Amino acid sequence: MKLTLKIWRQKNPNEKGAFVRYPVDDVDPEMSILECLDVLNESLILRGEVPVAFEHDCREGICGSCGFMINGIAHGPERATTTCQLTMRHFKDGDELTLEPWRAKAFPLVKDLVVNRQAFDHIIQAGGYVSVSTGQAPEGNNIPVGKEVADQSMDAAACIGCGACVAACPNASAALFTGAKITHLGVLPQGEPERERRALSMVAQMNEEAFGNCTSIGECTGVCPKEIPLEVIANMNRDYVCGSFNRREDLPAPVAPVVPA
Amino acid sequence: MKLDAKIPSGPIEQAWAKACFDMKLVNPANKRKHSLIVVGSGLAGGSAAASLGELGYKVKCFCFQDSPRRAHSIAAQGGINAAKNYPNDGESVYRLFYDTVKGGDFRAREGNVYRLAQISGKIIDQCVAQGVPFAREYGGSLSNRSFGGAQVSRTFYARGQTGQQLLLGAYQALERQVQAGNVTMIPRTEMLDLIVVDGRARGIVARNLITGMMSVHIADAVILATGGYGNVYYLSTNAKGSNATAIWRAYKRGALFANPCFTQIHPTCIPVSGDYQSKLTLMSESLRNDGRIWVPKKKGDPRPPNEIPEDERDYYLERKYPSFGNLVPRDVASRNAKAMCDAGYGVGKTGLGVYLDFADAMSRLGEKTVRERYGNLFDMYQRITDENPYKAPMRIYPAMHYTMGGLWVDYELQSTIPGLFVLGEANFSDHGANRLGASALMQGLSDGYFIIPYTVGNYLATNTFAKVEESQPEVKEAVAAVQQKIDKLLSIKGKRTVDSFHRELGKILWDYCGMARTAEGLESAIGKIRALREEYWKDVTVPGSGDDLNESLEKAGRVADYFELAELLCIDARDRNESCGGHFREEYQTPDGEAQRDDEHYSYAAAWGYRGPDAPPELKKEPLEFNYVHPSQRSYK
Repeated sequence: MKLTLKIWRQKNPNEKGAFVRYPVDDVDPEMSILECLDVLNESLILRGEVPVAFEHDCREGICGSCGFMINGIAHGPERATTTCQLTMRHFKDGDELTLEPWRAKAFPLVKDLVVNRQAFDHIIQAGGYVSVSTGQAPEGNNIPVGKEVADQSMDAAACIGCGACVAACPNASAALFTGAKITHLGVLPQGEPERERRALSMVAQMNEEAFGNCTSIGECTGVCPKEIPLEVIANMNRDYVCGSFNRREDLPAPVAPVVPA
Repeated sequence: MKLDAKIPSGPIEQAWAKACFDMKLVNPANKRKHSLIVVGSGLAGGSAAASLGELGYKVKCFCFQDSPRRAHSIAAQGGINAAKNYPNDGESVYRLFYDTVKGGDFRAREGNVYRLAQISGKIIDQCVAQGVPFAREYGGSLSNRSFGGAQVSRTFYARGQTGQQLLLGAYQALERQVQAGNVTMIPRTEMLDLIVVDGRARGIVARNLITGMMSVHIADAVILATGGYGNVYYLSTNAKGSNATAIWRAYKRGALFANPCFTQIHPTCIPVSGDYQSKLTLMSESLRNDGRIWVPKKKGDPRPPNEIPEDERDYYLERKYPSFGNLVPRDVASRNAKAMCDAGYGVGKTGLGVYLDFADAMSRLGEKTVRERYGNLFDMYQRITDENPYKAPMRIYPAMHYTMGGLWVDYELQSTIPGLFVLGEANFSDHGANRLGASALMQGLSDGYFIIPYTVGNYLATNTFAKVEESQPEVKEAVAAVQQKIDKLLSIKGKRTVDSFHRELGKILWDYCGMARTAEGLESAIGKIRALREEYWKDVTVPGSGDDLNESLEKAGRVADYFELAELLCIDARDRNESCGGHFREEYQTPDGEAQRDDEHYSYAAAWGYRGPDAPPELKKEPLEFNYVHPSQRSYK
């Protein structure tokens, strides 16, 4: 089939960007949209033009590298699907697809469809871990963890850090991402000792970055390729509220935020 | 130079404890005076950087992705082995050791493998403590499953995303050290050369992939944990960015490269669907626990699988290997799938596929249990193929997956360049000629959490480190060589894209150095690779410039290295006149088509040394000794 890709081209953060239309013939319904971009890029290179920059790595939906807006939807129209696994059979001959990068102040643009998501790493640095050094671990079965608890933790831990939640949110909030890590660790007995402190410091870091606030709209969970449930935000809020009563003096300083270009 | 593996003498059970005691220690106050470079942030690199940071060393960790959490370890699905014997089914350290040596077709080093089995339990403990949400039983204990090539249930897992969860554990430990100021994380930066001063590894030349800026980083030791070289085949289950450049540049600086021809083809991947195909997607081997592999008994049977009656199906693995059945090791499963397809029994559009059928499991366990065990894999299959595996069998075919070969290292994971350590898939040490399922995660974390913190300390404590200046000739030469190569690639401006060359190179390797190899085929492959390489340097086109984000340029440098690596791979395969594990030479097989080893002549690790661009590489042999597991013909019947 034949498609038109209308792609946001921007050489770097300092230059102005614009949409450019590219017709692509010979689109096979079995190919992924990234393979469709590969085909386009091969032809651009042979014509002496600069190929479209987009982020990708594993191409099997787990590394979280890929992602852009497809017709206004983060990762495109299919539920629970990353951009790399979105096949062209979901589109029709003659369709025009608009591809643009995640738009969020906290994710400054790098080039074309590539943005900088280091703000997510900063949120993890602020407390998204259990403070246990190598060698300190007790025997694995010493602390039983109920299956339901392990499942709830795993549901949240499935987050791939792609940033679709931020891109889809009208406020560009990182609440789903942050809540997912707080839930993953907070419900487990291993994460319990630091639960409130973790929520306080991760939320403080989230606020320090250029993300907006959560107003419970729910677009985030709708586009999440791993279907992280909205409850993780409630968990974050609960731990944060408890923590603000119990551990007010215990706050670590946030690390340096990403400075948007 | 004689290859000294430095395996401690005495009983194997005490070897690692003895080595740890004999190793010199660095005083806690002195640790912060030592700087270390870790290249790669996957299970091996991430866990190493975190653990070394915790000890107080000054660590710089590099990755080419935008965040260390993207490393390709994240894509490992099935699980991680450990000799815990929670299921009470006969598992032990010795059995894990035995299975790994045997599974590797007696081409791994006993001492290393034993240590790996010993450490395996501690890895699980560490990961549980970090909050890795492993699968649990209702009573709260850790759950286990069986995995290809094993008759005990020793595999720990987190749904079909075990690699992701283990990597996030290591990533979080790493970010904790970043916050603590012990580790400096340098993402979107690629190592392009190793700096060797006075015969020792003292730093790297790296390029920032966003700005194109070249930088020099000096340290007391360099640790490579950059993964395998499977992408030399173009189509593989590796991530698109996974590459061999770091280990290849180290090879050209004097590190020996061992057993390059030991590559692993994974039996259960989604078949190729077209020429545009950019990568292959793995379906976890755990599927073979409950799925049954079959082909129609009639060649080219056009009926849909559900209409083929039971007695017209050939469950060929169960037929040929009654005791292991569908759980035979990967090399055996892959070779048999290829044999069935070559004989005309393959299914699907291309005829390159076999069925993996869950109908029996569904009726035995019910859809709910099957969904719980494999739900995310079934969803992934459906997303890619648009077919529902709950209703019809999956179609699968083998694909390039893992490389057992890599830089030669001794027991301390040190390469032949002092101060250069190599961890995880990037080294060659533990899997011999074939890796068992769920052992890659085990090795990566064992190397990073529990081995390198000891051995690098020993190196630092027994050497002195003169200051290295950026103005030194060794450093300037390395930077200039890197810059020159980049300029050259940008200046050719030919007519073919990097990808078109890479795809053609991969096809040559897959055809002549894939699942079945012959001396004649390898000879002709070497000729073709050389010719294509020559064309590459005359006719490749790399758009854009070297001073911004330019993926074509990144790929161009990697593919240039792949040409050289591909040649070495074929030379090693041609030189090894036997079949073992993943290396199957058609001339050497048993009457019933199994791999025929030649222990008398080939019981060694083949370590190749670089001798210049046009000189053939030099072969050094590390003889393998088997004092515990005596080499036998592997039989899974």
